[in-house]
Formats: sequence, C-alpha cells, structure tokens
Amino acid sequence: MGEPATKELLSLEDLEAAGGIHTGRKHIVSILVENKPGVLTRIAGLFARRGFNINTLAVGPTDDDAVSRVTLTLDGALHPIDQVTKQLHKLVNVIKIRDLQPDETIARELALFKVSADGGARAEVLQLVEIFRGKVVDVGKRSVVIEITGTDDKVEAFERLVRPFGLVEMARTGEIAISRGRGET
Amino acid sequence: MRAVDALIESLKAEGVEVVFGLPGGANLPTYDAFYDAGIRHILVRHEAGGGHAAEGYAKATGKVGVALATSGPGATNLVTPICDAMMDSVPVVFLTGQVRTELLGTDGFQEADTIGITMPIVKHSFLIQHPLEIPRAIHEAFHIARTGRPGPVIVDIPQDLSRADIPYEPVTDVSLPGYQPTTEGNQKQIRLAAKALANSHRPVVYAGGGVVNANAAEELREFVTADRFPCTCTLMGLGAFPAGHDQWLGMLGMHGTRAANYAMDEADLICAVGARFDDRITGKLSEFAPRAKFIHIDIDPAEISKNVPAHIPIVGDARNILARLTAEYRALDADAGRLEGWWGRIRSWQEQYPLHYDDPQNGEIKPQYMVEALYQATGGEAIVTSDVGQHQMWAAQYFPFSEPRRWINSGGLGTMGFGLPSAMGAAVAGSDLPVVCLAGDGSVQMNMQELATCAQEGIPIKVFIMNNGYLGMVRQWQELFWDRRYSQVDMGSFPDFVKLAEAYGATGMRCESRDTLVDDFRKALEVPGPVVIDVRVTREENVYPMIAPGQPARDMVG
Repeated sequence: MGEPATKELLSLEDLEAAGGIHTGRKHIVSILVENKPGVLTRIAGLFARRGFNINTLAVGPTDDDAVSRVTLTLDGALHPIDQVTKQLHKLVNVIKIRDLQPDETIARELALFKVSADGGARAEVLQLVEIFRGKVVDVGKRSVVIEITGTDDKVEAFERLVRPFGLVEMARTGEIAISRGRGET
Repeated sequence: MRAVDALIESLKAEGVEVVFGLPGGANLPTYDAFYDAGIRHILVRHEAGGGHAAEGYAKATGKVGVALATSGPGATNLVTPICDAMMDSVPVVFLTGQVRTELLGTDGFQEADTIGITMPIVKHSFLIQHPLEIPRAIHEAFHIARTGRPGPVIVDIPQDLSRADIPYEPVTDVSLPGYQPTTEGNQKQIRLAAKALANSHRPVVYAGGGVVNANAAEELREFVTADRFPCTCTLMGLGAFPAGHDQWLGMLGMHGTRAANYAMDEADLICAVGARFDDRITGKLSEFAPRAKFIHIDIDPAEISKNVPAHIPIVGDARNILARLTAEYRALDADAGRLEGWWGRIRSWQEQYPLHYDDPQNGEIKPQYMVEALYQATGGEAIVTSDVGQHQMWAAQYFPFSEPRRWINSGGLGTMGFGLPSAMGAAVAGSDLPVVCLAGDGSVQMNMQELATCAQEGIPIKVFIMNNGYLGMVRQWQELFWDRRYSQVDMGSFPDFVKLAEAYGATGMRCESRDTLVDDFRKALEVPGPVVIDVRVTREENVYPMIAPGQPARDMVG
C-alpha cells in the first residue's frame, strides 16, 4: 500500500521539500550508444520517469558507424544526477557515459537567429555579428539570418543583445561536447 | 526454414522445456511451429496467468521462464507479469506477436506498441525488424534475462516476419558491447569488508533475494557461521538462510520480528547481500539503522547507495563474493568473544518479543494457525507460493523456510493473483516437492481461471485459500490508520470456492474447524490433481508486529 497511510493532509510545502540531493551545477552528460532503433526513447524515458527536464539534447554519429553520441545537458540544481547515470548504465544499448566536468570540457552549440534588421538597425546588428564572430547566412529585405557558434553562454549573450532589434525566431542545436586533452571522452 | 521454426530451434538451443502461452492472430505462425515442436506448451486461460507461471517456473528452478502472447491485448495482459519480474529480478523471456510490419503504427487490429508500453519495466526488449534477427535476438534475450541482475526481456515479432523463409544458423556468441555485468567483486573491497566485520561488535547480516538468484545460500551460511553473525532475510530472501538456525533472527521489515528490526536499529555494521533497502525494510529512512556502517554487496551498481549510502560497496555476484569474504574473514582470526554482549541483547529481544497470536482453541481457525497447520501437514517439505496481503505476511512469519527457492511470492510489485499461476509454473518444473499456494480469498480470484489449465494438464497444485471475506490488508490499514472506515473491502462469502473448484474440474474442500485442520490438510495433500481448500478463518485479525508506515523500526507496534 502506498504512503502516506495516515489521514493527515500533506502540506504542499512538505511535498516540495521532499526532493533529492542536488549538485547545483549544470551537467553535460555525454553518452555513447549503439546505433539501434529505440535507444533515444529508452534514454529519454529514464529521465522522464524521474521527472527530469532535459535542457538540451543533441544526437549524432561518431567516428564509428555502429556508435552514436548523445549529448544532453541538465540543471543539477534541479536534479540529482548520480542515480540517473547509474540507471543509464543499465540500458543494454548504452556503451559509455561521462558526466563531463565543465573545466575539462570543450562544449559548443550552433544557433540560428532571424532578426528583423532594416534601415539603421541593420548596421548595428551586423556589428554585433562581427563581434561574436558569427555569420550572416541569409539576407532579406527586412531581416537577416545569423549563425552563431560557441558555448551556451555566448549564444545567450548574443540573444540578449539582438532581442531589442526584433528577434523573429531562434533555433539552437543544444551543446555537443568533447573532453580536453588526449584521452577519449 | 520458416523463421518460426528457427525460433523453436533457438528456444531448444537455450534448453527450454516448457512455455506458457495463449495463441492469437499475430502469433499464429509461431503456434503452427509449436504444433510439433517437441517443447511442452501449456495453454493458459489468460496471458497474465502465463506470465506469472513463467515467473514461478523461473523462481523454482533458477532457469529462464518463457511466456507467449499475441499482439495487442495479449501483450498488454502481460504487462503486470513483466513489471512483477522486473521488480523481483526474475529471469523471464516474453515472446509477443506483433501486427504485420506494414500495419505498424496504423492502429491496426490488435495493434499495441508493446515495446513502448513496456519500456520502463523491462531489462531489455527487442522489436524484430528483419527475420534474420530472430535467432540472435532470442539468444541475446536469454543471455540478458539470466545474467547480471536477472530480469524480463521481451522479443516482439511482427507476424509477416515470422513467416519468412530464412537459413538457420545457431548463434553461440552475443554482441552486446553495452552489457557487461560486473561479477567478480573487488578484492580490496572484500578485504576491507572482512576487516570491518572483524572490528564490529554489533554486526548484522541482512540478506535478500539476490542471494537466492545467485544460488548463494550455501555460501551465505558459510559466511554467517564463519563467526556468530546474526542473520536476517528480506521477504524475497526467505530460505536463503535456514530458519530455525541458532543465528537466525527472522524476517526484518514492516512485519518482521522485533529481534531483527531492533538488531538493525542498534547494529554498528550491517552487511547487506543482494538486498536493496526497500522502504518496507527501512521504515523512516532518516532514522534507519542510525549507528551502522554499511557493507553493500550487489550485482547491480545502481542499487549501491540508492537509498542508504554504502561505506563499503562491493559490486558483483553474491556467490563468488561471499566465498571470498568468508575466506578473508577466517584469515583474520577475529576475537569470537566480542559478540557475546551483542548476542545477550538479541536473546533478550527474542525472549521478550517472540511472534505470537491469541489462539483461543475454541474451534475458530486463526489465520496464523492455518499457516502453522500447513507447515505441520507438509513437514515444511513443500514449495509454497503466495498471493499478496495478510496471508503472505503470515506465511513469511509462521512458515519457516529452510531452503532457497521454496518460497515464491510477489514482493516488489505486490501483485495480487500471483500465487495460483506461479504455483502452476513451479509445479511443472519437475520438483519432487508438493507445490502449495497459500492464497487470499481476494487475491486468488484475480487469476482463478488457471485452475482450468491445471485440471486439463493434471498439474497437482494445492490451493489453500485463507478466506476471511475481506481484502484483509487494506481492511487492517483502514482499521489502524483510517478510523475503521471499511471502505470497499468486504467481499462477503462469494464465490463458493468449493463449487467453483469443481466447476473447473478440480477438487474442492472446505475447512471450518481448527481441531481437524492439520488432518484435513494432510488429506488434501494426498488428493491427486489440483485441489482448492477453502479455509474459513477469523474475519478480523491483524498482522503484527508492524512498523507503522513512515515510522522508525524501534517504534514497532503490536
């Protein structure tokens, strides 16, 4: 029989306080998986079962055709990460998992911004693109599409700066990551 | 050959002797192959019965059980046994039919996304996408089900693929780069554990179902008796250590003995073997075993520090680790006298708080006495399965199990209706022991239909129904925690189990008097074929002692 067994009403505060242990930092989890159907669902399902919110998720091939890399980011301030890593290990198609340490990791993402930029605003926007070492990949009469790569901080900084000009839409890939130095991620 | 014939060959190569199932549209090809396959097929009356029977078979033998169902409702009827097998780490391979590949995802007749529905409750699953994959998938499914921490594996086979003509090549290897269970156990950690044990003054060995799964009962006994370590088992571990042994504390947890729970509470070192610190064991987690350090031996690394932080984790096979731990411990030549005081304390609890119940001896059958009568009638020489509820707890308390694989029940999921079909599965596994099912009148009705299977197949299970006309455990909780507002727990005296048994082609008996109970049970055990014994017990009786939910062990009541 499920708890609570008593008739006492549970206060919402008590319910909310019953969370797990949190690390308080962002986690980039790199997962090497067998390139088989359904693997991503199994991984996503594990996170969903614990009520975890995946911030970003990127999947792509690796140097080995049979293996794909899944990179996902989670907010450790919200989610205890340890148990979920152990559970991921139990998935038969998961080969390797790394919870990457931020200072030993190169992480990058690509973002596309559609910004309304006509008249005088266009010059200012283009200046920002230059400062962020971005690229203009499409130019229209009233808008430009800009490509930015970098850490999520950089992408977010760019977003903040162009938003006042009129951000029409934005698409981000989510970070992919690899460890520094010679060893494998 | 046909893919389904390759499937049969693969099953034979895995040593499958018996399967439990029910045919339907999507697995018609498979059933055509079973027509003359030379593997015993038991036609169940409901897929859930087949799934639990496969579990019972697996639990009684340690081999992989096999259950078959068709697509859609056949597969969804297996969801409960699959989840049950996951929770209790039972090795079962489920073979489900699926609609033709061209119908997948179109809401075809009897289509269900079996793989999707079962994803969180399987150890692994295979959706066959090409007929050539079938033999390898079967082989890998058995490998995954039985190795590491055992569990359920599904192979879902679309109907059209099973009709394909393929060359059959026996598969002898597995290609599972992501699946390499750790079995060895780290030697340094084992040495550390031995030292900690030698230095402890109030140790307790806490063993769970993992010991049974690892076939490590003998190694456990060697280890526990390498010194005078007190030993307790979880519900799933009962039989892993002989009840009646001088160092046996009884079961621990919510309805465990006071001696076991108090020993955990005061222990300075707890050595957990194949156990997972379930909430039914720990009670209030923050006050669980507050003085103890923990050695945690488990084959599943995800169990380590899941609920209780382990000071000395050892990941690997319990059998191998226990044997090495015993050797390391013996080499230390620890001072045997150091446990005297601890045993003095334990003995005082045992004397002060034995399991007890009032037995007025006025002819009324107390449910606890019913369990004792069953023990007397069988001499303890039986495989006992149970359903879920009060009768299950009384069986765990009053039927002392001396050997592993003799106590088969649903612990983790707590599945009512588990007992009868699992008894059926255990009974076809070929043991010389009688198989008895101790059921509740509520639970047994959830898979009663398998009596027809037992009658047809001549499977001689003896079903002892502890009939109090209530969903007894829920009633107990309503009595204790919800002001006796008995909401929807009274089942009256329906059905008439004796007539029902006869209608199914089994023998029905009724027991209403305490005085003749043991003799009646002996007679029932002598009757050939399946027998149902309807035992009218005291209607309102509570399972004690009890750790009230969310309370610490030392505050046990009753």
